[in-house]
Amino acid sequence: MLLSLLIFLPVLGALLVALTPKSAVAAQRGLAMATTLVVAVLSLVVWGTDDLESLSVAATWFTLPGTDVEVAYRLGVDGLSLLMVVLTGVLMPIVILSTSGHIKERVKEFMIWVLVMQMGMMGVFLSLDLILFYFFWEVGLVPLYFMVGIWGGQRRLYATLKFFLYTFAGSVVMLIAAIALIYRAGSTDVAAITDAMATLGAGETMGLFAAFTLAFAIKVPVLPFHTWLPDAHTEAPTSGSVILAGVLLKMGTYGLLRFSIAMFPAAAVAASPYMMGLGAIGIVYGAFLAMAQTDIKRLVACSSVSHLGYVVLGLFALTHVGLAGGLIQMVNHGLSTGLLFLLVGMVYERRHTRQLDQYGGIASVMPVFAIFWTIAVLSSVGLPGLNGFVGEYLILLGAFEAIPFWAVVGVTGVIFGAIYLLMATRKMLYGPVVHEENRALSDLNTREVALMVPVVALIVWIGVKPSYFMDRTEASIAQVVERIDRAREAQRVADLGTPAAAPAARGGETR
Amino acid sequence: MENASYLWWIPLLPLIGAGVCGALHLATLRARKTNPEAAGPSGLAPLVASAAMAGAFVLSIVAWFAICPCDEGTRPTALSSGTWTWISVGGLSFDLTMWLDRLSSVMTLVVTGVGLLIHVYASGYMKGDKGYAKFFAYLNLFCFAMLMLVLSSNLLGLFIGWEGVGLCSYLLIGFWYDKGWPAEAGQKAFVVNRIGDAFFIIGSFLLISVFGTLEMQSIGQQVPALMDEHGGTLALAALLLFGGACGKSAQLPLFVWLPDAMAGPTPVSALIHAATMVTSGVYMIVRLNPLYAASPNVLLFIGCIAAATAFIAGTTALVQRDLKKVLAYSTVSQLGYMFLGIAAGAWGSAIFHLVTHAFFKALLFLGAGSVIHGMHEEQDMHKMGGLRRHMPQTFVTFLAGAAALSGLPLMSGFFSKDEVLMKNFAMGGANYLFWMVGVVTAAITAYYTWRMVALTFFGEERFDAKKVHPHESPLVMTGPLWVLAVLSVVGGVVLGLPHVFHLWAHALDRWLEPVVAGGNAILAETTGAHMPLEVSVAWEWILLGLGSAVALFFAHKGFHDHKRGLAMDESVQGAFPAAHAKLTDAWGIDSAYARVVVQPVKLLAFVIAVIVDQFAIDGVVNGTGRTMVDMGRRARRLVDGSVASYGLWIGAGAVLLALTWFTWGN
Repeated sequence: MLLSLLIFLPVLGALLVALTPKSAVAAQRGLAMATTLVVAVLSLVVWGTDDLESLSVAATWFTLPGTDVEVAYRLGVDGLSLLMVVLTGVLMPIVILSTSGHIKERVKEFMIWVLVMQMGMMGVFLSLDLILFYFFWEVGLVPLYFMVGIWGGQRRLYATLKFFLYTFAGSVVMLIAAIALIYRAGSTDVAAITDAMATLGAGETMGLFAAFTLAFAIKVPVLPFHTWLPDAHTEAPTSGSVILAGVLLKMGTYGLLRFSIAMFPAAAVAASPYMMGLGAIGIVYGAFLAMAQTDIKRLVACSSVSHLGYVVLGLFALTHVGLAGGLIQMVNHGLSTGLLFLLVGMVYERRHTRQLDQYGGIASVMPVFAIFWTIAVLSSVGLPGLNGFVGEYLILLGAFEAIPFWAVVGVTGVIFGAIYLLMATRKMLYGPVVHEENRALSDLNTREVALMVPVVALIVWIGVKPSYFMDRTEASIAQVVERIDRAREAQRVADLGTPAAAPAARGGETR
Repeated sequence: MENASYLWWIPLLPLIGAGVCGALHLATLRARKTNPEAAGPSGLAPLVASAAMAGAFVLSIVAWFAICPCDEGTRPTALSSGTWTWISVGGLSFDLTMWLDRLSSVMTLVVTGVGLLIHVYASGYMKGDKGYAKFFAYLNLFCFAMLMLVLSSNLLGLFIGWEGVGLCSYLLIGFWYDKGWPAEAGQKAFVVNRIGDAFFIIGSFLLISVFGTLEMQSIGQQVPALMDEHGGTLALAALLLFGGACGKSAQLPLFVWLPDAMAGPTPVSALIHAATMVTSGVYMIVRLNPLYAASPNVLLFIGCIAAATAFIAGTTALVQRDLKKVLAYSTVSQLGYMFLGIAAGAWGSAIFHLVTHAFFKALLFLGAGSVIHGMHEEQDMHKMGGLRRHMPQTFVTFLAGAAALSGLPLMSGFFSKDEVLMKNFAMGGANYLFWMVGVVTAAITAYYTWRMVALTFFGEERFDAKKVHPHESPLVMTGPLWVLAVLSVVGGVVLGLPHVFHLWAHALDRWLEPVVAGGNAILAETTGAHMPLEVSVAWEWILLGLGSAVALFFAHKGFHDHKRGLAMDESVQGAFPAAHAKLTDAWGIDSAYARVVVQPVKLLAFVIAVIVDQFAIDGVVNGTGRTMVDMGRRARRLVDGSVASYGLWIGAGAVLLALTWFTWGN
């Protein structure tokens, strides 16, 4: 019941907003705020529940025509999804609160789309049925399309088309694989499919893994499928960027964890060196990309490519430490990059430019803004004591245990990340005020400060007491690791069975 | 070991102070909204910050007494606080425990003691600055991080402090951010330090792979058992951690940030960039002495780097015109001496020089600050001269610092520097070379120190007396100078008389004996040296005599060459203009960085962003997209061409593909 509420309360909220007259903007904002606040509280109730198993829901939805495969309404939450659910719950009221700064027209429609989006995101994280998951996955795609297309910047049409076609192409590949998977496993239940995977041949598993992974890799995005992201981020309204960075991209990394890795461990083991390579190169590549940007919002978007490279590197290290680091880094990225996008939006609302060279000396005129910006940047560069460090360190350690080379490549991100973020900070905040327009900028107001305080609190909390958050994920990660170990063992046994092939395969595994 | 939860308060008091000062700063900002000139409650900040430091200092003394073996046997050798569970994943955990043994006790006393003096001094120096309260918030935050660094029992806990001090250094170098270049210097410091940190992180991974923990006591105890099996890994880990130390402690090739860091307010230079933060690399290595003792080749490498750094930075200090730049290069050079101590396995001597250097270099920086303060922000020694008449107290205390730095007999720097050199001499082998470089650098040090004294305080007044009215600083600034001057003079006698003097010889060395026993035992095994290193009485007298002679001769020469003004500087510059320019620029290392590192990185960023990303990758993406749109246009007769119908078509294709798959799959 609780989990269903998380998904369908936003729909109810959207319906209520739809019933209000177009001009009742305050009511629309209020309704959206109230809805997301209730969902946030409910997500915290989920967090406070010790026995997550007891929250599971299952009810038959329909039977696939011509088969006896039952598509069910199966919801559940475990250590892999818990943090994502809470992140989605907590971030949405903040997003709604931020909209009064930049969404002035067609507020009603915007609120409806935001709430629909929340339904999609919650659905993705809570679904334990493949068809249901796919349904919510696609639902999550549509609202952003409209959010960017209607409330976006000048090149919004290009950005939306690119984003839509790109992610949709990925979704289609996943759909094909999902249909094949259901057909082979005879069930749509994620748990049942996961168990059935052991009976599939290596080639087929690899194909299915590749299809799912491609879809998720586009969503994350993993190098080289990332070019839609800077365009989408740059054109999206602030709230869209925050949702995109905060939660939507996590659907991709969550998918990698729940499906690519947990469902196809054998294929994941085989692909691990390549995926880790993509992650590590992505860290460096994204950092260099960010260094060359002159548009502050694009710079933050490129930093996402770099930071999500860490997540991919950690997850595909396939070690306990790497997986745990990758999982907490998903939250960290949502918080720190979300905060950066909020701040970029706030300064954009005042100055109406995103060009870095139009700023300079902002710390003198907006000291409170400068404080928040500095915290966001420090969280992003992984300063120990704040959240980012915990994730980065564990990811690199996990990667080091698997393939030291990729950890060494990834660790250079520690240097390059500092270069572009501090450069942006210096160009924006420091130096004399050179542009007269900047002299009159007003500092952050109470609403703006209030909406960022919870994010900062979480940034510090995760940095100082990460075990409070990570303890909840330990058991589920241990299960995934166990599955990976079993796949490795099976592979080893298979290799021993055919001695001729053994050295090559072993070499590939231990490299 | 004894449980002592109050240890947590040593770092936490400054942290709380930082929070309060931060709040005072915000309140000041609020007050300024109505009146831009308002001081608000910022005047309270130095009181709060200094009180926090005084509290931490008192607790450090209490902790020192608790482990002081006044009555042998009944006192514990180390204190340990309760544990804060920080990270715990998959059987691996990193916990935060405040752990105080004799080494960290020395460090906490230096950090809180010198820190307190500098807080007091800064309350005068920074008066009237618009970021008065913010300054003390940063300063207290720095002390929190530094105390975490020296008190953490876990290497990752140490790393929290390590990065934290780096952050505060960044914030404080760029404190006058609206000038522009301090912000650039801060950024440079942070990025260069991060290069070292990347090495540090990989080094810590190697330690985890061997020991399964980053608890430093446990690592030290396990080294003897594991050093044969994992010798190579341990050496690599030691080397990488030293890479981290090169960043933080400004050794070749990562020292380039420290001279630029002088852009920060002078109390910052004294506290962070002379007395405490820059010595954390030395502290870390001494703390991990068993690890380094197990890798003599790494010690040799450290010696080479340290000798080269000491010499290069020393020669660069010879030709600087900026008073603070002389002191900055001098600091780099002196840090080289500390690492030279480590290279000989003379852990205690390295810490001895660390402590005396903290006294005399903090003193010299604060003195320089007093000069700069009195000269209305002038730092160029060529525009000073004759200041001894205008600021007598600064002058006298500065002399004490200069005497200690140049190693004049019986001053603190004399004993500590000679101990480092003596240990290298006693070690023999390659360390003879280090000893020689050390002696040459000692001569250079004496020369540039007294050149600096002569140019600043003697000769004719080279400033415009109509515009600049040099004046003595107020008591809050001269008070700390006197305290540090006394410490600089007597510090050596108290802490480390050579054993030829019998009395309480090598007090600090003996105090640290239990901390470095593990390293000494291993080093005796790996190198065959007799630990701790000693030379015969005759040799010790010879070395002391040589040190005294070198210091006295070159101090005298440096002073006399410059006491009459700029003639010497000008003739040197005129005779060797190219060499002089190169030397001024630290042998061209800094500009080499710009050419070899900074430009290529910028170029690579451009290549990746424009050529690879925009043309290659996005070109393929857009090309594919355009083809699809074109196809859509052609198919417009069939459908209406909207995005929705592309979707429909893609969906239909998908079903088709899926059906194909099934047919094939069966």
